[in-house]
Amino acid sequence: MTKVTLATVWLDGCSGCHMSFLDMDERLLDLMEHAELVYSPLVDLKTFPDMVDVTLVEGAVSSEEDLAKIRKVREHTRILVSLGDCAVTGNVPAMRNLFGVAAITERAYQENVDLHPQVPREVIPALLPHCCPVHEVVNVDVFVPGCPPAADTIFFIVSELVAGRRPDLSGLTRFGA
Amino acid sequence: MAPPTRVKTLKINNRDVGARQDETILEAAADVGITIPTLCQLDGLSNGGACRLCLVEVKGSSRLYPACVTRVEEGMEVLTNTERLTNYRRMILELLFAERNHICAVCVSNGHCELQTLAQDLGMTHVHFPYRHPHMVVDASHERFVIDHNRCVLCTRCVRVCDEVEGAHTWDVMGRGMDARVITDLSQPWGTSDTCTSCGKCVHVCPTGALFEKGKSVAEMLKKRQFLPYLKLMREERS
Repeated sequence: MTKVTLATVWLDGCSGCHMSFLDMDERLLDLMEHAELVYSPLVDLKTFPDMVDVTLVEGAVSSEEDLAKIRKVREHTRILVSLGDCAVTGNVPAMRNLFGVAAITERAYQENVDLHPQVPREVIPALLPHCCPVHEVVNVDVFVPGCPPAADTIFFIVSELVAGRRPDLSGLTRFGA
Repeated sequence: MAPPTRVKTLKINNRDVGARQDETILEAAADVGITIPTLCQLDGLSNGGACRLCLVEVKGSSRLYPACVTRVEEGMEVLTNTERLTNYRRMILELLFAERNHICAVCVSNGHCELQTLAQDLGMTHVHFPYRHPHMVVDASHERFVIDHNRCVLCTRCVRVCDEVEGAHTWDVMGRGMDARVITDLSQPWGTSDTCTSCGKCVHVCPTGALFEKGKSVAEMLKKRQFLPYLKLMREERS
């Protein structure tokens, strides 16, 4: 039997959803009986595979890099899952939208810096004018709110998806959970 | 002697229901254990039909009726839970979330919020509309309380409890549409209000984290509403 391929990507988030993913603990081994983790910040592969069955996205779309990455991921993914409040709503990363990019970069790289204050123009990707949830830029198939979604929730949805079913999330998680 | 109470018979979700003629559809439904989602409604306060979550279908009419302000009628056939209504309710919630900055994860009311609970109960998993992210102020000028307009859903419970129960009428609503805001006195900092008695009733009837006590951090603001039916009962007995 061929295993279902699974990937995770990390956009503008705190990594809490990935920590929650790891909190599945030994159940990860059960999952890996039926699925293979082919791309993730947790594994070594640097390029996204040609086609992945299920991809979990943590984080909001905040920078030009995020946008390019999620578009590519969407193109090469069958079922895209927005995992956690940042991916689903924008959450804390989107709070910068109230102030605008100029004020935020000024605050982070000028006002609060004593030594050589300067706005980075290399290496660090430029911010988009607005930070937004994933489904505002690409189609999303499954939404899993939570900050972060509990390991039990993630285990349930991934198990369902790996088994070829669409998970019914009612009552399982909520915004801010 | 009070005039005799008339009873109306109607159907709610195809169930025969008897109700007093002065009851609303919401009350008649609650009497038989049928829950209709509400947000602005609160027992002990007047009803304004502001949030539209309690909209129901009435047979023979194409328009929808807010159950909290619609009186029962003889022979009425009410449906409270159709797919059409669920879709509208979800849309109303989504618009509320999109209109202001409801960041549940960092809110004082996380886990105790009526808006958050409604979203979960009605299966709202995401917002289809673009978020507006308006720049809203937080007024912490009051000695004990804070108003965070980011979390306000304009249910006007604060306005009603302050006017109808406390009798101070410190709160009101200013502006229209997306510019509407709850205000204290003549739209001045809450801390400078001459009429506010600092009773805290507004804080505790607020369904979200818009009104909270100073010193409360994420998820720490528990609202206590027991006082309202209690006060209502005492006043009824006195009059």
